[in-house]
Amino acid sequence: MSLRIVVTVKYVPDATGDRHFADDLTVDRDDVDGLLSELDEYAVEQALQIADEADDAEITVLTVGPEDAKDALRKALSMGADKAIHVEDDDLHGTDAIGTSLVLAKAIEKAGYDLVISGMASTDGTMGVVPALLAERLGVPQVTLLSEVSVEDGVVKGRRDGDSASEQLEASLPAVVSVTDQSGEARYPSFKGIMAAKKKPVESWDLSDLDLEAGEVGLEGAYTVVDSATQRPARTAGTIVKDEGEGGKQLAEFLAGQKFI
Amino acid sequence: MAEVLVYVDHVDGAVRKPTLELLTLARRIGEPVAVALGAGAAATAGALAEHGAVKVLTHEAAEYADYLVVPKVDALQAAYDAVSPAAVLVPSSAEGKEIAARLALRIGSGVITDAVDLEAGDEGPVATQSAFAASFTTKTRVAKGTPVITVKPNSAPVEAAPAAGSVEALDVTFSAQATGTKVTARTPRESTGRPELTEAAIVVSGGRGVNGSENFGLIESLADSLGAAVGASRAAVDAGWYPHTNQVGQTGKSVSPQLYIANGISGAIQHRAGMQTSKTIVAVNKDAEAPIFDLVDYGVVGDLFDVVPQLTEEINSRKG
Ligand SMILES: Cc1cc2nc3c(=O)[nH]c(=O)nc-3n(C[C@H](O)[C@H](O)[C@H](O)COP(=O)(O)OP(=O)(O)OC[C@H]3O[C@@H](n4cnc5c(N)ncnc54)[C@H](O)[C@@H]3O)c2cc1C
Ligand SMILES: Cc1cc2nc3c(=O)[nH]c(=O)nc-3n(C[C@H](O)[C@H](O)[C@H](O)COP(=O)(O)OP(=O)(O)OC[C@H]3O[C@@H](n4cnc5c(N)ncnc54)[C@H](O)[C@@H]3O)c2cc1C
Repeated sequence: MSLRIVVTVKYVPDATGDRHFADDLTVDRDDVDGLLSELDEYAVEQALQIADEADDAEITVLTVGPEDAKDALRKALSMGADKAIHVEDDDLHGTDAIGTSLVLAKAIEKAGYDLVISGMASTDGTMGVVPALLAERLGVPQVTLLSEVSVEDGVVKGRRDGDSASEQLEASLPAVVSVTDQSGEARYPSFKGIMAAKKKPVESWDLSDLDLEAGEVGLEGAYTVVDSATQRPARTAGTIVKDEGEGGKQLAEFLAGQKFI
Repeated sequence: MAEVLVYVDHVDGAVRKPTLELLTLARRIGEPVAVALGAGAAATAGALAEHGAVKVLTHEAAEYADYLVVPKVDALQAAYDAVSPAAVLVPSSAEGKEIAARLALRIGSGVITDAVDLEAGDEGPVATQSAFAASFTTKTRVAKGTPVITVKPNSAPVEAAPAAGSVEALDVTFSAQATGTKVTARTPRESTGRPELTEAAIVVSGGRGVNGSENFGLIESLADSLGAAVGASRAAVDAGWYPHTNQVGQTGKSVSPQLYIANGISGAIQHRAGMQTSKTIVAVNKDAEAPIFDLVDYGVVGDLFDVVPQLTEEINSRKG
């Protein structure tokens, strides 16, 4: 039987651009280029490797995001994923982590899955909680933050490098996995991959396709509110000296003045 | 007065510093009730009482070490049901965030991660978060349910505030999901004898400019002269010069020490994301145009192989 892999990918504003908040305190997506979150490329890569090892596998990439989020799906398809699902609805604007996990979980269930693979964190919200929330909602094992992962005979195994220990984990499928940027370099799409991606199917679903009401998601349904967002004042310009042979001593003098020595 | 649940991060009964910082923040909102799980849980009570815990709920079971995350969520939920707190605070480690999120979902609440400050407000606790590599500061609240908030290390001072800290056994029934993900082997990290990176008052980091694992000794010597932790950029980690556990930045640790010294690090946005909230920032870089200099309080344009050893020697002689 075919191994059904769903990879969740997020469309995010480019971190090297001038990211800021819109008037309603949601992420401004109009003035900064968007792209597939770099950390989700690692999830696509591991999905491709797991699919290679399996006799028969199908990779679906799934995103919840605005119209332009299709770019993220196209990138994942050009890396080699088989098909894509785009959940898009105006009422999703401003959805928080609890709401996003609801929409993703509904879509994953509708798509059908044996294995969900997510990134370790998005590069904009950076919470690192959506995979755990998906496992909770789907009622399946959470096997997260893996720097090494493999699937064999319906069992997923991996290594999680935590703060105080490195752990070997094991769980039966179906399961939710997330992988870190230590899991292995993500491939670049080949020219052939880019051409092939243009013909791969991208389905669009809205809230009604997932039996969700507008009030359950979006700014209105959010469990959290942002009261204000202020730009951090630029750090006051510091003293910069050129080393003419005494640079280390000058720095020591500064540190002593600040009572660090 | 309302009670506030504080999830305790400890190693065999030794309470880690970020948990004591949480007690300081919890006291701004109500009376801290601590939850300590796993081997050594009862031994945490002394330190927690000294810093304001009125009660310490403990539960020891093999499940906490043998299975990932879910047993801890079950226990925290049991504590939530027993106490009906005004808020739940959890240290912002990778695991802490996962525990917090799952608890929030179960109790119908919102979750806020990586707070750097917390105050009482008219409509519940107000968290301060930093966004977009710390270029923005946001004030955030949980609008539904009991706020579940994770707080980054070094976000509050540790304060002595003696309280009863009476130990009570927590009743925990594990859910069906608790044994879903088995931990089949565990290799504890070897201690370096240096302070924990996220908790350290001073962090000394090296980047691609250090040019080889053999040269990281220079960075370590400087760190040791200051009693500091050692950090590294992803370039240095990817090159295999220093362990990933020491990586500072978006996909490594986020640090907020009193002093951060960047050596041979250019200051890419993903590195800044992990260190930009440091109080004092110092850099040594041979390129006067390196973006790291935009952040510094003091910078030396020069070769780190000259500057760092001289600095270390000067510090050691001043101490000596
Ligand atoms: C600066 C900032 C701070 C925020 N703080 C909070 C907060 O404290 N509480 C809160 O509830 N919300 C918060 N949000 C909103 C939250 O980021 C979004 O709701 C988001 O969709 C989920 O969180 P994340 O992006 O941090 O995901 P993470 O949990 O970091 O993402 C992990 C993985 O989940 C998958 N994933 C996440 N989002 C999507 C998606 N839309 N489509 C497909 N896959 C996805 C990806 O595989 C990703 O790698 C914040 C947003 C920003 C920009
Ligand atoms: C999704 C994503 C996540 C990332 N996460 C992280 C992260 O967590 N942490 C992180 O650090 N990076 C991260 N990066 C990588 C980041 O973009 C940079 O590539 C990285 O920080 C560069 O490391 P560096 O400053 O050491 O190297 P470089 O940018 O190559 O800079 C080296 C610096 O050393 C200086 N130098 C060289 N020789 C000497 C000398 N002898 N004396 C003094 N100075 C010298 C040079 O002038 C230069 O400024 C991430 C990137 C992506 C895309």
